[in-house]
Amino acid sequence: MQRMSSDALAARVAKDIPEGAYVNLGIGLPTRIANYLEAGGDYFLHSENGILGMGPTPPDEEIDWDLINAGKQPVTLLAGGCFFHHGDSFSMMRGGHIDICVLGAYQVSEKGDLANWHTGAPDAIPAVGGAMDLAIGAKQVFVMMNLLSKSGESKLVKECTYPLTGLACVSRVYSDLAVFDLGPDGARVTEMVEGVTLDKLRELTGLDLKLAD
Amino acid sequence: MIDKSVPTLKEAVADLFDGAAIMIGGFGEAGVPAELIDAVVDHGAGDLTIISNNAGTGDVGIAALIKANKVRKIVASYPRMAGSIYFEERYRAGELELELVPQGNMACRIQAAGSGLGAVFTPTGYGTMLAEGKETREIDGKHYVLEYPIHADFALIKAYKSDRWGNLTYRKAARNFGPIMAMAGKKTIVQVEEIDPLGTIDPEVVVTPGIFVDRVVCVPHKTKAAA
Repeated sequence: MQRMSSDALAARVAKDIPEGAYVNLGIGLPTRIANYLEAGGDYFLHSENGILGMGPTPPDEEIDWDLINAGKQPVTLLAGGCFFHHGDSFSMMRGGHIDICVLGAYQVSEKGDLANWHTGAPDAIPAVGGAMDLAIGAKQVFVMMNLLSKSGESKLVKECTYPLTGLACVSRVYSDLAVFDLGPDGARVTEMVEGVTLDKLRELTGLDLKLAD
Repeated sequence: MIDKSVPTLKEAVADLFDGAAIMIGGFGEAGVPAELIDAVVDHGAGDLTIISNNAGTGDVGIAALIKANKVRKIVASYPRMAGSIYFEERYRAGELELELVPQGNMACRIQAAGSGLGAVFTPTGYGTMLAEGKETREIDGKHYVLEYPIHADFALIKAYKSDRWGNLTYRKAARNFGPIMAMAGKKTIVQVEEIDPLGTIDPEVVVTPGIFVDRVVCVPHKTKAAA
């Protein structure tokens, strides 16, 4: 059983993002997806701090600290890109104008509930940022994650035990072992990496998984 | 003749008072009115409620206000960042109240205040612990949480250019919360890099109309290395 690398997984997600899509890539691993979008294609990357048409990291001598992404890292603006204030930026999400949002997760339930902002640890200082707005706003919310946590527990679960970010908001999970479509009837496996079987996924997740039609 | 510009940072914040609620623009470091915040520290007003996306890092900006024990409560979406040591220290000691607000709800609650709305029904946060105890409603099959406006006695923001009437332009992603906080503050105080003669800012590029601005103070741009 060969797990997909983070870059292979980013490339896999990128295949499902069509040219012309307005896309928000969450902080962390999902930002790598930008490296695998078809070169020369028009993709509109949104950053919640007020950017559409966000471009890659600039060389050091061109860094402008007025031009940063949601992770507070320096970025660039592509030709045709634009700026706007926070009210407009979150209207783009909440109003359903963003086509696809890709987020990381601590846990996702088979019905699409998402937990990705808080571990629930009593001494943790909470910080939510735009996670809850992104989770419920985009037309499609994808999660990109390893199927198992570092301690070997499935992150695709029957019910989330971590504090929720949003209810029934995730439509698809791209993991290092398989791709799952989620919905009211539970999770359906649409792809598996070589060497993985449905029985193996059932064993790892403890879920009554089905193959997609 | 109306001239909203004031010559010094000290005069810009002269009427702050103990217990004031202050909105502070910025996301990360972009758009943070750092020199105005320094002037708040120097002013000495305390028991403040600070409404801002982040809680500052290192010992500058909002972090300097927290370090100086001037802040009672923070309303923020992402207060914990690498280097937010004073926030973490005071929060853990129980000396600093935190109201954690999803970023988009913060934006629409600020807009509600600036636009004279009594409240908003927002889908963000429904079914999560940040909506616990709040009124909800189902509208056309979708669930919403009732959220109230965030008002402030003062809004401190950073813009790029102004004229003496307070019309503002911004620079790149430093715009972020500036325009909506300018609308919500009872008194809006702006630091700008340039104050230009009336009529020289193209009216088509004005982002914040001067009606939302009370005072502007010029703080010339410093490069990161010099700051």
